[in-house]
Amino acid sequence: MIKLIGQRAIASLLSLLGLMVLVFFLSRLTGDPAVLFLPIDATEAMKANFRALHGLDAPLFEQFGRYVWDLLQFDFGQSLRKARPAIDVVMEAYAWTLPLALITLSLVVVAAIVLGSLAAFKIGGFFDRMVSIISLIGASAPDFWVAIVAIVVFSINLGWLPTSGVGTPLHWVLPIAVLFIRPFGLIVQVVRGSMLSALSAAYVKTARAKGVKNLPIIFVHTLRNAMLPVITVIGDQAAAMLNGAVIVETIFGFPGIGKLMIDSILQRDFNVVLAAIMVTAVAIFIMNMLIDIAYGLLDPRIRH
Amino acid sequence: MSEALLDVRNLSVDFHTARGTVHAVKNVSWSVNRGETLAILGESGSGKSVSASAVMNILDMPPAQIVGGEILFDGQDLLKISYETHRALNGKKIAMIFQDPLSHLNPVYTVGWQIVEMMTAHGRPADKARQRALELIGRVGIADPEQALHKYPHQFSGGQRQRLMIAMALMLKPDILIADEPTTALDVTIQAEVLALLKELQLETGMAMVLITHDLGVVAEIADRVVVMSKGEIVEQGTPREVYHNAQHPYTRQLIGAAPGKGEIKLLEAAAPVLLETKKLCKTYGEFTALKDVSLVLHRGQTLAVVGESGSGKSTLARAILRLENPDSGEALWKGQDLIGMNARELLGVRRQIQMVFQDPTQSLNPRMSVYQLISEGWDIHPIMPDHAQRRERVAELLLQVGLEPDHAQRYPHQFSGGQRQRIAIARALALEPELIICDEAVSALDVSIQAQVIALLEEVRARLGISFLFIAHDLGVVRDFADTVIVMKAGEIVERGATRQIFEAPQHDYTRRLLAANLDPDPDIQAQRRLAGAHP
Repeated sequence: MIKLIGQRAIASLLSLLGLMVLVFFLSRLTGDPAVLFLPIDATEAMKANFRALHGLDAPLFEQFGRYVWDLLQFDFGQSLRKARPAIDVVMEAYAWTLPLALITLSLVVVAAIVLGSLAAFKIGGFFDRMVSIISLIGASAPDFWVAIVAIVVFSINLGWLPTSGVGTPLHWVLPIAVLFIRPFGLIVQVVRGSMLSALSAAYVKTARAKGVKNLPIIFVHTLRNAMLPVITVIGDQAAAMLNGAVIVETIFGFPGIGKLMIDSILQRDFNVVLAAIMVTAVAIFIMNMLIDIAYGLLDPRIRH
Repeated sequence: MSEALLDVRNLSVDFHTARGTVHAVKNVSWSVNRGETLAILGESGSGKSVSASAVMNILDMPPAQIVGGEILFDGQDLLKISYETHRALNGKKIAMIFQDPLSHLNPVYTVGWQIVEMMTAHGRPADKARQRALELIGRVGIADPEQALHKYPHQFSGGQRQRLMIAMALMLKPDILIADEPTTALDVTIQAEVLALLKELQLETGMAMVLITHDLGVVAEIADRVVVMSKGEIVEQGTPREVYHNAQHPYTRQLIGAAPGKGEIKLLEAAAPVLLETKKLCKTYGEFTALKDVSLVLHRGQTLAVVGESGSGKSTLARAILRLENPDSGEALWKGQDLIGMNARELLGVRRQIQMVFQDPTQSLNPRMSVYQLISEGWDIHPIMPDHAQRRERVAELLLQVGLEPDHAQRYPHQFSGGQRQRIAIARALALEPELIICDEAVSALDVSIQAQVIALLEEVRARLGISFLFIAHDLGVVRDFADTVIVMKAGEIVERGATRQIFEAPQHDYTRRLLAANLDPDPDIQAQRRLAGAHP
C-alpha cells in the first residue's frame, strides 16, 4: 500500500513538472511575453523595460532555468494588478474556495450515498422514483440559472439570505446549495446504479441466508463494494470544485479561486493565472492521491 | 407425517419474466429429518434450488412468486411468518452454503469478520463469537485459525473457502444445513474431502442436510434419500440405491444412462503418424511453475486427454501450443515444424489447422454476433472460403453437422441453451477445417445428458473427419469415454502417461490413484464398497 502511494506520488510529481514545462512554453509560444504580460495600453518603452526587468532578453533555456528555479521556491512573481506576490493573492482566494468545496462535497457525498443506496434497495418504489426525478433535475439544471433564481427567491423576495459577498455564515448558504445540486444529481445516479448491481451479488444472498438485517446488508455488506465506481466520480467532481466554481463564485461575489482566475485572465494578470494553475494542479494531485488511498482502504484486493 | 423437521408441501413457485410466466417448481413436496441427508438431484433449469431458496426466503420476489404450498418447520409455516421472524431463523436454525464460495463471500471483509457476524447478527457477544469462530475454523481443517481470521477470501484456495463457508454456517449449531452444489466448483480430491467433512460434522451435530446437486456421484456418496427433479417437478424419489438400480421415470433413466465413465474403454488404434509433439516445455510465472519439462506426442486422428486439477498447468499447456503464451524453453513440433520459433506469417497458417473450443460458450461467443458471423468470421482471416454465396451453404452444412438447424444461422448466442452454444463453438472450430481441436474443459459446464451428446458429437467428428483432439478435462468419467491416451498432470509436471485402459485399470502413480479414488461413482453400491475399502481419504 505504501509502495503504491509512493509510486503515485512520484508519478504526480512528474506530471507537475510536465505541467510546469507546458505552461512555460505555452506562455512563450503565444507571442512576446511583454505584449502578453503587460496591459494592452503599455508603451514600447514600458515593454523594453519589462523585458529587461524579467530577463526576457536572455536566451530561452536560461529563462526556463530561472523560471523553474523560481517556481521551486514558490516564487511566481508579483501580481501585476495588486502589486503583491502572486502566490499570496492565490492562497488568499484558495482559503475561500477550499472550505466551500470541502463542505459542499461532504454534503453531496453523504446525501448521495444514503439516498442512492436506499433507492437501489427498493428499486422501482415511490422513494426510488422521487430520487430519480430529483437527481435528473439536479444533474441537468444549469447552475447560473439556479443561482439567479435562488437569489430572486431567497434573497430578494423572501429576504432570508444575503444576495452576495461574504462575512457571515449565512453568506455561505446559497453558494453551497447551488454548488450542491449538480454533483449530487450525478453521484446519486452512480450510487444507485452501482448499488443495484452490488445488491444482486452472491455475497448479499449469503448475508441474507445468515439472517443479517437489511440496514447492515445495505450499508455494510453492499455499500463498500459499490463504492469503487462511485469514488471515481466523486474524484472528478472534487477536482472540478477545487478548480473553483467560476460561475457560482462570480454570481455570488464569492472571492474564491474561480473568480480570481477569471478576473486575472480578463485583467491579463498572468503571474496570478500561472500561480493559480500550479496551485490548483497541486490540489488536484493531492485529491487524486486521496482517491487512490481510498481505493486501497475499501478493497483489500487492490492492497495486496 | 408432520414428524419431519422440515416439511415442504405442494410448493409452487412462478417466475414472471419478460417472456411470460415460468412455473419454476410445481407441487413439490419433500421433507428431511434430523441426522438425515436429502439430496435434490437435477440438471440446470430443473428448479432444484428454488424450493431451498424459498425455505431461506432468499428468492428474488419479483420475479419469483410463491403461488401455493407450505413450508413447515418447527410447527410453523415459514411462508406465513413475518420477514423479521424469518430473518431470525436464518443462520440460527437453518443455514446455507453455496456453490461458488469466492463470490458468496464478501470480497472486502476478512473471513473472520464474516464468520463472527453470523453470531453478532443474532445478538451474540462478539468475544464469544470470536472464540467459536476460532474453534470451528480449526475444526474444518484450516491451519492456523488465528491468522485465517484476519485474511480475506481471495487469499484462500477454493477448497479452503468452502471449508470457511461451512464453519460460518455451523456457528450457531443450526438444525438444518442446506448445501447448494457445495462441491461443484472444486477439484475431485477436494470434493471428496469436503463431502467427508460435511458427513463428519453431521454425525457430530445431528443436523439435517439438504444437498442440492447435479452429480449422481455426490448423491451416491452422501445421500440417505434423493428426490430427482425435472422441469420443476419431482419425477422420482427414494434411496440412492433404489433410484439408481430401479429408476421408474424415463428422465431418471436417461440421467443415469448419460453418466460418463460407464462404457467400454476404447482400445488404442494402430499407430498413426505424429501430428504434434512437445519436448520439455517449461513456463514459469514469477515463482510459480506452470509447466515443467512437459513432453507429449499426439498421433493423427487420436484423442489425447490431459487430466489434472486446477493449477496443474493444463490450460497453460494448451496456450503454449497455440502460442497464446510463449514457453520459457522447450520445443513444440507441429508436423515436424518448430511452432515456438515460427514467425507471424507461418503461424497464421498453423493457427487455422489448430482450433480451440473453450469451457464456457457464453463467454467465448461474442453476444453481438449472429451465428452466421461467428462461424464465418475465420474465413475473413484465412482465405479458404472466399466466395460469399458458398459461405451461406457451408454454414448451413456445418450447423447440420453439429445437430442444429440451418435457419439458426441468423440467431444470436443468447437464444440458445448451453449445450447448443457449445455446438456452435464446435461448428466455428470445424469451419476452418482444422486438423487438431483443443478442447479446454469443453464439456465441464454442461449438464450430464448434454455432456454425453456433445461427446458423441466430438467422437463422430473425429471418426468422420479424422480430426485429432487434445482434450483437457478434470472429469475422469468423460476422459475414460473419449480418450485414446491420457496424460496426468500435477503442479506443471506429467506424473503419468499411457493408454486410457492402462491409466484407468492399472494406474502406477500415487497421484493418479488418488484422483481415481476421489472420483465419485454414480453407483451407490460401488461408492459404498470404496468407502469400506478405505480407498477414500
